[in-house]
Amino acid sequence: MTDRQGSQALRPDPSTMFAKIWDRHRVLERPDGQTLLYADTHLVHDGTAAAFKRLKKRGLKVHAPSRTFATPDHYVLSSTKRIDAIPNPEKRGMVEKLLANAAETGITLFGLDDPRQGIAHVVGPEEGIIQPGNLIVCGDSHTSTHGAFGALAFGIGSSEVTHVLATQTLWQRKPKTMRIIVDGRLGTGLTGKDVILAIIAAIGAAGGTGHVLEYAGAAISALSMEGRLSLCNMSIEAGARAGMVAPDDKTFEYLHGRAYAPKGAAWDAAMRAWRALPSDDGAAFDAEISLDGAAVEPMVTWGTSPEDALPIGAAVPDPDRETDADRRESMRRALDYMGLAPGTRLAELPVDRVFIGSCTNSRIEDLRAAALIARGRKVAAGVTAWVVPGSGLIKQQAEHEGLDRVFTAAGFEWRAQAGCSMCLGTNGEIGAPGERIASTSNRNFVGRQGPGVRTHLMSPAMAAAAAISGRLADVRRFEVMP
Amino acid sequence: MTPFTSLTVTAMPLARPNLDTDQIIPSRFLSRDRDDGTMGDVLFRDLRFTAEGVERPEFVLNQAPYRDAKIIVSERNFGCGSSREAAVWALYDYGFRAAIAPSFGDIFRNNCFKNGMLPVLLPRATVDGLIAQLQAMPGAAVRIDLPAQTVTFPDGTAHGFDIDPFGKECLVNGVDELGYTLSLRDQIAAFEKRYERTHA
Repeated sequence: MTDRQGSQALRPDPSTMFAKIWDRHRVLERPDGQTLLYADTHLVHDGTAAAFKRLKKRGLKVHAPSRTFATPDHYVLSSTKRIDAIPNPEKRGMVEKLLANAAETGITLFGLDDPRQGIAHVVGPEEGIIQPGNLIVCGDSHTSTHGAFGALAFGIGSSEVTHVLATQTLWQRKPKTMRIIVDGRLGTGLTGKDVILAIIAAIGAAGGTGHVLEYAGAAISALSMEGRLSLCNMSIEAGARAGMVAPDDKTFEYLHGRAYAPKGAAWDAAMRAWRALPSDDGAAFDAEISLDGAAVEPMVTWGTSPEDALPIGAAVPDPDRETDADRRESMRRALDYMGLAPGTRLAELPVDRVFIGSCTNSRIEDLRAAALIARGRKVAAGVTAWVVPGSGLIKQQAEHEGLDRVFTAAGFEWRAQAGCSMCLGTNGEIGAPGERIASTSNRNFVGRQGPGVRTHLMSPAMAAAAAISGRLADVRRFEVMP
Repeated sequence: MTPFTSLTVTAMPLARPNLDTDQIIPSRFLSRDRDDGTMGDVLFRDLRFTAEGVERPEFVLNQAPYRDAKIIVSERNFGCGSSREAAVWALYDYGFRAAIAPSFGDIFRNNCFKNGMLPVLLPRATVDGLIAQLQAMPGAAVRIDLPAQTVTFPDGTAHGFDIDPFGKECLVNGVDELGYTLSLRDQIAAFEKRYERTHA
């Protein structure tokens, strides 16, 4: 075995991280390529009533309750933990049904009285439930978030949720792989959010369709876990159901000591397995693109698709200069909805509201970055600015650090209860028609934050800068106060 | 599920890219129970109606030739965004049975197969050609033959399409995959035993 040639002959072909994870979760593969995959973890939220109902109707039980974790997030009010305060009975019913289904099926629930409650994609990582090499699913497209740990994580529909509840498996065809290399060093104040908006602008909202993305390169390695979570979160906005980053010491440090992370000897064994996960040298990807990290600037969106993103220093683009006829027409439609004229500087656009929150950007590092800008300053007159922490534990941590007082002193509203809130407004928290919102969420779709509402996506520090300025602003012009 | 074999029906062009599932069904309707079977009334709610509930005459579904359309033809990335299966339920409950586009949101496309709705992928130039024909002949019929995997345009030209064999099987037989998976329980149990030994 020490013979060099012999050991090389035994070495398998170089493999991608994706392929390693896929292979170990394969229960069986049909001749037509459809593969039955086993899920390590299934996250469940309060939008899954229909899936549980279907399960019950077919007389089926939850197959693996210990692998299923529930937390209400979509229909929770950001103002209170009281369920009876949710005014709309249908929406209130969604939270009540989740609690009842969890109690009935024996799955783990982080309920509203539990400080661990929060947005599913914040809670999973925070509790150490999400681990490298895992296959994770959830009835929510932003399940891609968890790829930040070197896991294969993707969103599924309601019928698939029933299927996973009943069997802990799901059918998939092997997707293609795309490696996105971001080398160089990000500038000061730049975040995972700016990187992913730059990537989506480059490859388009369908650029990753049918692919699993692997983000690599020096600028990606240099991101914190929070930054990697924001990055992977928006893989779906590039059309990819999943995006991932190779696990490294930062990943392990983040996980160590968390409630559901392995302990003692199991931790050591897990570490050995995790270190073998990254894509092998020479592994082949179906597509590969690269971006210069040093050239990334603070990004904001101007239109109604996340691909409509530009550096804050840019101007609203002119559809007449677009050569593709379909694209020209969709740009015109977007500018009409957004109430924008070509040539207007993005940094001049006044905002009515600011929303700091969502599964993209509601973690402690996001709140710290926003608070650094807010400290000692005031929200511009006429602007309503909200901060909605991603989980009860993040809220506690932020309050421990005094961030809540920084925000409230500056005129932001520090919201009491973690949840999805104004990212999509399922809980009724929406903007008014025509309002322009600087938002740290993930979608600037038509009507996403309420009918007629105009959303501009950006990082938490950029959103805080917009709140202070009363218009979109370049965060790099803000001196950070001690 | 009703088996899907072939149909010859009115096709409606919705000529815009990136038509996301938030526009197909806005999130404020997601807490509705589908049992009442009326999700069709909120299909494209904010594109179809004003805030006061008045029809927008410029929206294609409100125009006479398309009110009973059963095929929707759109541009790239149709059904992108949120995983909400209610987007398919709203289309289905309204009466749509198939969608044709050069690309789909992956989750939306999966959801179609679970609900008796056929997603047809055709090259962009071919879809552009179909949209042009439908705009020139409002209300024209398109034929889809799923067993033969062909779409016949109003001008009589037939175009083949690829489809996942498993998804096709489920649609043609009108079954979902859960029953089949449940028949594989022993293999799942064996996998679990093996998996917990090696990866626990």
